[in-house]
Amino acid sequence: MLSLELNKTEMPKVLPIVGAVREGKGQKTVFVKCNDDVKPGQFYMVWIPGIDAKPFAVSYKSKGELGFTSQIVGPFTAEFDRLEKGDKVGLFGPYGNSFTLKENACVVAGGVGMSSVSTLIDFLKNPEIIYGARSKEHLIYTKRFKNKRITYCTDDGSFGRKGFTTEALEEALKNSNNKKSSKKDKNKIKIVYTCGPEVMMKKVAEICEKYKVGCEVSMERHMSCGFGICGKCALNGKFVCVDGPVFNAKELKKLSDFGKEARLKSCRKVPLSEYHAPKAH
Amino acid sequence: MLGVKLCGIKLENPTVLASGILGVTKEGVDRIGKAGAGAVTLKSLCHEERQGYKNPAIIVWEKGMLNAIGLSGQGISNAIKDFRRLDDVSVPVIGSIFGYRTEDFAHVASEMSKLKPAMIEVDISCPHVDYGKPICSDKELTMEITRAVKKNTKIPVSIKLSPNVADIREIAHAAERAGADAITAINAASGMAIDIDARKPILSNKIGGVSGPALKPIALRCVYQIYDTVKIPIIGTGGVSNGKDALEMVMAGATAVGVGTAVYYRGIEVFGEICKEMQEWMKTNNVKNLDEIRGCAHK
Ligand SMILES: Cc1cc2nc3c(=O)[nH]c(=O)nc-3n(C[C@H](O)[C@H](O)[C@H](O)COP(=O)(O)OP(=O)(O)OC[C@H]3O[C@@H](n4cnc5c(N)ncnc54)[C@H](O)[C@@H]3O)c2cc1C
Ligand SMILES: Cc1cc2nc3c(=O)[nH]c(=O)nc-3n(C[C@H](O)[C@H](O)[C@H](O)COP(=O)(O)O)c2cc1C
Repeated sequence: MLSLELNKTEMPKVLPIVGAVREGKGQKTVFVKCNDDVKPGQFYMVWIPGIDAKPFAVSYKSKGELGFTSQIVGPFTAEFDRLEKGDKVGLFGPYGNSFTLKENACVVAGGVGMSSVSTLIDFLKNPEIIYGARSKEHLIYTKRFKNKRITYCTDDGSFGRKGFTTEALEEALKNSNNKKSSKKDKNKIKIVYTCGPEVMMKKVAEICEKYKVGCEVSMERHMSCGFGICGKCALNGKFVCVDGPVFNAKELKKLSDFGKEARLKSCRKVPLSEYHAPKAH
Repeated sequence: MLGVKLCGIKLENPTVLASGILGVTKEGVDRIGKAGAGAVTLKSLCHEERQGYKNPAIIVWEKGMLNAIGLSGQGISNAIKDFRRLDDVSVPVIGSIFGYRTEDFAHVASEMSKLKPAMIEVDISCPHVDYGKPICSDKELTMEITRAVKKNTKIPVSIKLSPNVADIREIAHAAERAGADAITAINAASGMAIDIDARKPILSNKIGGVSGPALKPIALRCVYQIYDTVKIPIIGTGGVSNGKDALEMVMAGATAVGVGTAVYYRGIEVFGEICKEMQEWMKTNNVKNLDEIRGCAHK
């Protein structure tokens, strides 16, 4: 048993990019050939040799290829945005746990958080999808899910309905709870999966509690390793890389950091607003 | 059966979480204490906030781990606000400190003491000093820093040594003469890995510290030599992954046994498991307590 455990390694697979797609302004998807068994919710530390390595969800998985989608928020994602076919990236992973794959699901995504739930959507049977961003140009994959039940929301009304995803979720749960006949009961929402800005996810968790619906949240924190050694992704006593990134909302409710505070790269704890404020490195 | 006394501090078992593994937060070390460690060491802190190096910062190859985190940390003043106190954690906490100059070590020691850790560990193995050469291989500087730290705290002090020196006995002896209460040995050994497809060193800092199984024979040799040289207790650290490794450390002369990289291989349950494995061997060999076998390899 122990000798097996001692065979574990964490070395990068360095692979050429076989395709690069511009999703929108400052948003890009790159594809590599990789047959890893990856479950929806898991992530890789994506290494751009000579630059840095950061956590990214698998946003596409098909035909022996994996895709990763990035949104520019700082220096690393700016480099990611310049990647082209033929460039090499290193993959460490896959890491983390995954979403439970339950039926009668609703997926609530915000901004580039959609990339963390997109393979989940591919996997689920006819989920209800609520996807929002500040404005049209911040939405990704606007053509990918055209055959699905999807509601778009933008803060400024430039695409889909005007308003927040949380308002759309509350309506969806109200409607779902009102479904009485046993036939319709089959379509009742039983679980909500969410990834996006933490304030949004906190609200989603609260709404789910109110409507007594299960909820799983994909969390984001700064990481150095991705495999449970550096300790930087601490969310109170939990570590997002190995205890998560997917957490049950009931568990998160007990963690005072959720929706409030996060640790910077140095591990100094700051309010979320400061954690997400653009800063020079 | 496994209880030990380290500088007057009672440990329920000899396993100690080594500095830099998960221990950046108080809640993190508390969880590891509850998982079975006899004591826990926090990630080293200095007088200022440090971002550390870019990633990749930790990799694992077939024989061990290489890390170049770059001593990132929130700095002692932020840590004081964050932790408030350290004497209310499930097991004794060792506060690890470092600095760039002697004054910094003195200052951080005095600030760290306000948090009331059970012990202070001084990481003199860090490569980020202002002196031009690393402190770890300089016995005069080791003495100067040990004295400065001792002057600024009443809490027992352990000096953490590096294997990257010509003769570790000299450094251990210097620390003891300057008043150190214990020695922690060893920190990671200097190393590198290159990815042949990327044609580049994998660690962003290029050079990092080797830990885990590859480090064990070196650590054991260091502990053995230090035990021959000094009277103060040793926290034997480096590559301990199971009960057998831990017993080897005790037989070489260690009072307590540091465990870091093994958390990667076996999870945080590793502390409890190492204890179980030690106890099994002790029962079979009719050994009642660790004092019976400490340093027995020297006889
Ligand atoms: C499990 C996991 C999966 C992830 N998956 C993806 C993914 O698929 N696509 C993707 O684009 N990102 C993803 N991220 C986030 C991504 O790792 C960060 O955006 C990236 O590390 C930022 O690096 P940077 O150097 O560009 O910016 P940094 O310099 O690290 O950050 C710049 C500023 O932006 C802030 N910031 C960082 N991340 C975000 C964010 N998500 N939203 C708003 N502000 C932020 C930082 O706090 C900082 O203030 C994921 C994170 C985790 C933990
Ligand atoms: C990721 C990582 C970070 C570390 N950080 C520190 C540190 O901040 N201070 C320190 O004194 N030692 C640090 N070390 C060294 C360990 O405390 C320990 O001495 C070394 O890893 C050997 O023990 P092991 O083989 O059980 O890991 C670190 C080790 C690792 C793997």
